[in-house]
Parts: sequence; structure tokens; C-alpha cells
Amino acid sequence: MQIDYIGSLPLIVIWLALGAIGIVIQAFVRDNTRLVFGYYVATLGLTGLAAIVLSGHKGASFGGMITLGGYANYFDALFCGAGIMALLAARPYLQKEESEVDEFYTMLVSSVAGMMLMAHASNLVVLFVGIELMSISFYVMAGFFRTSTKSVEAALKYFLLGCFATGFLVYGMSLIYGGTGSLAYGDIARTVVTQQLTYPTLFVVGTTLLVIGLSFKIAAFPFHQWAPDVYEGAPTAVTAFMSTAGKAAAFSAFVAVFVALLPAGWTSEIAQNQQIVIAVIAAATMLLGNITAVVQSNVKRMLAYSSVAHAGYMLMGILAGPSLGTDGMNGHHAIVFYATSYLFMQMGAFVVVGILERRDGGFLNIDDYAGLHHRHPVLAALMAVFMFSLAGIPPFAGFFGKYMLFAAAIERGFTWLAIVGVVSSVISAWFYLGLIVKMYFQDAKDSGHEAPAGLAGFTLAVSVVGVVFFGLFPQLLINIFRSW
Amino acid sequence: MLPTTIPLDWYLILSAVLFVTGVVGVLTRRNAIIIFMSIELMLNAVNLSLVAFSAYSGDIGGQMFVFFIMSVAAAEAAVGLAIVLSLFRNKQTIYVDDVNVMKW
Repeated sequence: MQIDYIGSLPLIVIWLALGAIGIVIQAFVRDNTRLVFGYYVATLGLTGLAAIVLSGHKGASFGGMITLGGYANYFDALFCGAGIMALLAARPYLQKEESEVDEFYTMLVSSVAGMMLMAHASNLVVLFVGIELMSISFYVMAGFFRTSTKSVEAALKYFLLGCFATGFLVYGMSLIYGGTGSLAYGDIARTVVTQQLTYPTLFVVGTTLLVIGLSFKIAAFPFHQWAPDVYEGAPTAVTAFMSTAGKAAAFSAFVAVFVALLPAGWTSEIAQNQQIVIAVIAAATMLLGNITAVVQSNVKRMLAYSSVAHAGYMLMGILAGPSLGTDGMNGHHAIVFYATSYLFMQMGAFVVVGILERRDGGFLNIDDYAGLHHRHPVLAALMAVFMFSLAGIPPFAGFFGKYMLFAAAIERGFTWLAIVGVVSSVISAWFYLGLIVKMYFQDAKDSGHEAPAGLAGFTLAVSVVGVVFFGLFPQLLINIFRSW
Repeated sequence: MLPTTIPLDWYLILSAVLFVTGVVGVLTRRNAIIIFMSIELMLNAVNLSLVAFSAYSGDIGGQMFVFFIMSVAAAEAAVGLAIVLSLFRNKQTIYVDDVNVMKW
């Protein structure tokens, strides 16, 4: 088996750090959360650094099961960065809740390892293992406050629905394997292009099941019901991580799978039918997410429904596919840009919520945020930036992400979908700006409480810099995408 | 050696029937443990179809995939039963209808 040790370094580093050294540290060092925390921050830093340095090193490794360089390494760096931000935000949060256990950091890093595997996969087996490594770590993290009924309830719902979705996912993979005779993306694409499918019907059914399975992971309509409950019930630090990095990882896999299954783009007749289905799913996801978010009274639940809507926006990029010409808008690049900016703004918003949250689980209602600007001016200002960006108001990153996605959809003739997108963005402005109005133009009900940020302040700083910087200079990222 | 006497379709029909049985079980039963058993049934139906495809195409990839599915299912069982256990400690129930603190 051919193994490119240099190119696979990011993966090898995180595997060794988790599976070999991390286990030993946890076995022999007891009750030293600080050491484990520092160790895993360093691990993610090193992995991310290796991914950035080796991003030009393209090729395949592990017998062609894993692709290296470019796209995959960009996502490696993104996941590691998100992991560090989540670790920094999680430590003060867990200390406040008095449930800091060092296993939490291990689970978080193991989910990052799963995400990296998803982005690197060029074989359905690797994709499956990556998705499961990420999901199983998330199940544990969602139920991390094991004495809290809400947290355990979130974990149970997430676990049952996630496993159910896994069933569809692997059945889809199995039928694709039967239809094409291979599990490798490259072989599947070749078989589809040359139209040498052994069982074309099985292939179509398998593709549909695989898309259903992945739709669960990105929380697209009609498979989104788990998202609000899980995001509300899970510890806020966990929600911040899994609603951002988890979604980015699912989309990184979605894009790669689509390139394999539809190598000729949306040209064939079956593909065009599927394109219509995905367009309807995207429209329904955007509208349903935003309309339901309007009536929510809990901040976490509101952000959860809005995250459903954002999955709908990103599906537009899948629909548009890679660009036809050289200067056209590339739907896949738009997804990567949106996933990046979404990561910063959504994580920032959840971290602010986590800092303000009280020990007893209070201060999660939208009404609690009235007059926040008097008591916590910095947090209120940061929250306002994230809300503006989520609503898609320039000059923040969310605006350019949305612009790229809508433009890509229009270029492919999906003007109606872009109109639905704009309408649902306007609906979303209602609750995003409503929160800002509450914070700045209403009087507080009570005197408030201390909300020290601690290490989470670093996460917030990075988030706000990312939101503003990529909003002002989107070209920097787009140039990276063009080099793949 | 190819199992020539039984056609591939039969394996696929059996695996589809098992899969649908699992789906129906997940959707209709309310006991968390039984729901989880139904999910395991779905995964094993997939294993059957993978092995059949693999045997008939002469490609070893499908059988290899089955091992991964089995080990992932074991990991899921470990985590899932732990979650059900902590649910029982909190609420003295394992029926999913009683798990409804959060609603929209």
C-alpha cells in the first residue's frame, strides 16, 4: 500500500496525539485538566500548522483512499482553528458549570479527527468512518452534563436520529457500491461518465439514500427536527462547536461526494430531476428555518433554527456546482467561503450566549437580553456584529457569502430560488435585528450579573476579526480556492 | 467461488425487507432500547447487501466495509446504552414519549 507520509502528516499527527500519547497522558495523570487542555490545544495547533504548510502537497495516500492538499488541507486548518476556538471557549464555560472533566477535550479533538477524515476521504469507507467518528463524539459531548435532564434528552434524541440517519447513509453507500462495483470516488465517477453502471436503478436509489443521510447531518428540511432540540439542550460550548464545524464538515463531504456521483455536473436527465428536488429542499429549508426562528423565545433555539436556514443557503452552492467558465461564480467555492464565515459568526454568537448564561441555566431568553448594552457593552457590541453578519448585512463576511451563493444560483438559472433566499433573508433580519433592538433600545429588567469572559474572550476576538476581515477582503480566500 | 444457485436479487430483496423492518421499528416503537435494536437491524441489513454485492462482483471492498460497519455499530452501542442509562438515572424511564422537556 502506498503511503505518502509527508503529505499525510496532519492526519498522522492528530491520530498519534489522540490514540497513542493522549491515552497515556489520561491514564497516568489524574485530575489535571489544565495539562490535558494545553496538550490538546497544542495538538490542534500543530495539526493545523502542518495542514497549512503542506497545502501545496497534492496527491493521494493510504492506497488512494485519502486525498491530500488543497481543498482537504484548507478544511483541516479550518477544523483545527475551530477546535482551538471551541476549546478556549469551553474551559471557562465548563468551570462555571463546575463540570470540567478532561475527557471533554479528548472528545472534542476526536471529533476534529473525524471531520478531517471526512474532508480527506476519497473512498466511501473513509467517509463513513469519518462521519461516525465525528457523530459519536458529538453524541457524548451533547450529553456531557449527565445530571441535567435537558442535556441527556438532547443526547438521546441526537443519538437515535443520528444512528437512524447512519442507516440510510450506509444503505446508500452499499447500493452505490452494487451499482458501480467500487467504493472509491474516482472509480465511481469513471463508471458514471462512461455509463458502465452494472445496475443503474440501484445507483439512483443509492444516491438518493446517501443524500438523505447527509441531509440529516446538515439538518436540511425535512430532516431538521433534531437540530433545535439538540442545540438547545446540549451545553452551549458544545453547541457552538457542533453547529459550526460539524456543519462545515458535512458540507465538505457533501461537495466531494457530489463531484464523484455527478462527474458531468447536472447535465444528464436523472441529474436534472435531482437538481429540482434539491432546489425545493433548499427553498423549504431556508423558509422553514427562518420563519420558525421568528417565534422562538429562547436564544439558543432561535440560533438553532437560523442554523437550519443557513444549511438551506449553502445547499444553493451544491445546486450551482463548479463554475462553467473561468470567471463564473463557483458554487463549491461559495459553499467553502460561506462555511468559513458562518463558522466565525455562529460560533461567536453562541460563545456570547455561553458567557452570559447563568450557572442555573438562566439568562437564555431573548427578553433577558433587554438593555444588555448598559451592563455588558463589549459583549453587546460583539453580539451585534455577529447578528449583522448572520443577517447578511455588509460589510461583514456573511454578506459576501450570501452574495456568492445567490449569484451562483442565478447563473445556473435558479432565479426563483435566489428570490426565495432573499425573501427568507429579509425574514431572518426580523429576529436578528430584533435582538439588537432589544440589547440597545430597551431597558433592563434586573440589575444583571457578572459575566467574566476568561479564555473565551480570545475566541470572541478571533471570531470578530474573522467576520470583519473576510467581509472586507473576501478576495484573499477566493484566491486560495482558485489555486486548488 | 460464486454462490451460483441463489441469484443476487434474493439477497437484495431479503436485505431490503430487513431494512424496512428496521425503519418501521424505529418509527413505531417507543422504547429507546427497542428503537436502538431496530437501528442495528438496519445496519445488519446493509451488511448483508454489501456481502452479497461483494461476493457476486468478486471485489473484496464490500466485505471490508462490513467490518468497519460492525465495529462502528459496536461503538455506537457503547455510547448509546450509556446515554440510555443516564436517561434512566435522571427520569426513571426509557420511553421516548416521556422525553419531552424541549418542544417548539
